[in-house]
Amino acid sequence: MNSETYISIQNGGKPVPLARIPALTYDGFRAAMMELLRDPDNHCSLFYAIPEGRNVRLMACIARDGNRDLAIFSHLLSAQEAVLESMATELPQLHLFEREIQEQTGIMFENHPWMKPVRSPNPEIHIDSYPFYRMEGEELHEVGVGPIHAGVIEPGHFRFICHGEKVLHLEIMLGYQHRGVETLMTVADTTLKRSLLAEGIAGDTAVGHSLAHAMITESLAGISVNRSLNIQRSIGLELERIAVHIGDTAALCTDIAYQLGQVVNEALRTTIINTTQNWCGNRFGKGLVRPGGTRYPLTQEVADAMLEVLEDTGSRFIDMADVIYSSPTILARFDEIGKVTREQAAQIGAVGMAAKTCGIPRDIRKSHPFCAYVDQPFVPVVLETGDVLARGMLRNLEIRQSIAMVKEWLRDSEVLGPVEVPPFSFLLSPSSFSLALTEGWRGEICHAAVTDAAGRIIHYKVKDPSFHNWMALQLAVRNQEISDFPVCNKSFNLSYCGHDL
Amino acid sequence: MRNFLRIARKHGIQYVPDLRQAKVSPLFRGRPVISGNITAREAGDLAALCPAGAIQTDPVGINLGKCVFCRECEFACPEKIRFTNDYRLAVNDPADLIVYPGDQEIRVKKEKVRTEIPKMFRNSLKLRQVSAGGDNSCEMELNAAGNVNFDMGRFGIEFVASPRHADGIVITGPISGNMSDALQICHEAVPTPRIIILAGTDAISGGLYKESPAVNRAFLDKYPVDLYVPGNPTHPLTFINGVLDLINRVSS
Repeated sequence: MNSETYISIQNGGKPVPLARIPALTYDGFRAAMMELLRDPDNHCSLFYAIPEGRNVRLMACIARDGNRDLAIFSHLLSAQEAVLESMATELPQLHLFEREIQEQTGIMFENHPWMKPVRSPNPEIHIDSYPFYRMEGEELHEVGVGPIHAGVIEPGHFRFICHGEKVLHLEIMLGYQHRGVETLMTVADTTLKRSLLAEGIAGDTAVGHSLAHAMITESLAGISVNRSLNIQRSIGLELERIAVHIGDTAALCTDIAYQLGQVVNEALRTTIINTTQNWCGNRFGKGLVRPGGTRYPLTQEVADAMLEVLEDTGSRFIDMADVIYSSPTILARFDEIGKVTREQAAQIGAVGMAAKTCGIPRDIRKSHPFCAYVDQPFVPVVLETGDVLARGMLRNLEIRQSIAMVKEWLRDSEVLGPVEVPPFSFLLSPSSFSLALTEGWRGEICHAAVTDAAGRIIHYKVKDPSFHNWMALQLAVRNQEISDFPVCNKSFNLSYCGHDL
Repeated sequence: MRNFLRIARKHGIQYVPDLRQAKVSPLFRGRPVISGNITAREAGDLAALCPAGAIQTDPVGINLGKCVFCRECEFACPEKIRFTNDYRLAVNDPADLIVYPGDQEIRVKKEKVRTEIPKMFRNSLKLRQVSAGGDNSCEMELNAAGNVNFDMGRFGIEFVASPRHADGIVITGPISGNMSDALQICHEAVPTPRIIILAGTDAISGGLYKESPAVNRAFLDKYPVDLYVPGNPTHPLTFINGVLDLINRVSS
């Protein structure tokens, strides 16, 4: 493949003038996609459509872990050429991207094996008309759950096909949380509004998403932030990871009725999110990350309190986790439950925890480093078994790793250095494309923006890691007892609002 | 067993003893205070700055039903606006969502609460939560309201799985069009008398999503709302104190 097939960009690097993005024929586009995704080090970070006048530009952004870059290429379609040959059969990781493109633009993908709504955004077509997969048989029955679930969680519909207690097939239908975030990002007339919308893409990942938005804005504005701010942002991101992972450990204990693990971890999570609140006034880190600077510079006082909490919470968590992951009655409920194989994870393009628990070392902090990870060699935690135990254990190990990283940063001489106050408006590079990746606690977060000739953002794309990983949950519960579904679901803890946008 | 006891001892007592008087971080963004000498021009500038359209100029005020608590107005004009860490923000009269110049506490108006609410629910209130386009931060805070720290179960207030077992619903999120039917069905499944609580700015006003065509707030035109709980997200203490006021539960 010659270098004109694609353009290589760095995470959070300079924006690319739209005119420099190679526009291939569809045959060339397909060939490039096949060629790049044959390499197991590569996966599709984004494949989406940008309207350009009466045309549509299909954009492919392939993350190449080995090269530490992204390969970007495109295909321009006229409105007449609205039928394309699907690539989803050969490359299952593209299947949801193609569904999304068809839903958003009307471009038809011929021979797509599973063409169904993604978010049902058209109010004319009722979300209940979703065509579920059916299996006929006298001994089979269906179980429908949702959109409103038993607990205080977000809505989605799960349709199980069961043989007795055994799940043969699960189909997850989403879209209930669709509130038009991507459109609002282009309608928003100030950077502040976009920052706030980014924080609300998934409120449990406010730092991860607002950081991706900040990186893209800074890239388009041609500014870079200093090392102090980069360290502080990384601390914010790791605190978010620690808090959610501890909370998820509590939730896993809840689902197997292990009350000590539940209440101890709930209380430990509180100490972490209160530390974030003590820093920026919000338990979820909303308001902490803004493009170009921060309103909440880390102070000595906050840093000291943070260190103290991390010491105490860290040691208490380790005590608890050691009991959880050595008790036979607990392990029996996690071990070999809800398995995803490495091959399946690779096929569906799994990212973050879903990949790392199946032996795939996919972590943006290592492959496409950003913020303080740029000058800190990072080795992701990787486990092999792909079951609930692996996903619980990954959290256990990542919590320890993140606490150690934050402690090290807090000792860095530059951590409390002067940081900028965020400017209110930015002059963005005209007719450009920019992309930013961060590793939230669930996995790879990807934002991409396009500006017009006047430097206004005319297209904004968001991809939460859940977009890839919901399929992993559907595969994990096959041939499992339906009573194990809650613990499988909790072990992934995927985002509805991040998927539905 | 030894480990178990050691962990339980270290865990200690985690619940917040007095949820009415609990202190939160001084930086927590709660009730804003507007200075009495704010000028029309300053208010106009801040109204233009506010990303949520929460600042009004005639008369000057901040609508907590619209405010996303980003604190940018305070950063722009710190002499005239200050966010305090007062987390008691819940009201039953929507007019009280607007904070005017001066330092006035925000409380539920007892005389405007439907009489059957304290009568029937003072000692036991079961709620069904419906997330309708929420970003999961309000949902997590509502879960936290029942956790080992805030433990609203001590007042008999609990979230339940079935609307049939519930006395009311708590809505989070701007109400996405795709959830509007499910919300309606859920509400109708709650036996009467039933209450409606809106938790978080998105639910109260639609927040930053109110103009989105994907949002459908027609449900709220049909039914009276019993409690508005501002926040982005709603803090567990804001929620619990608001509900305690609504059911007229004085102490634990």
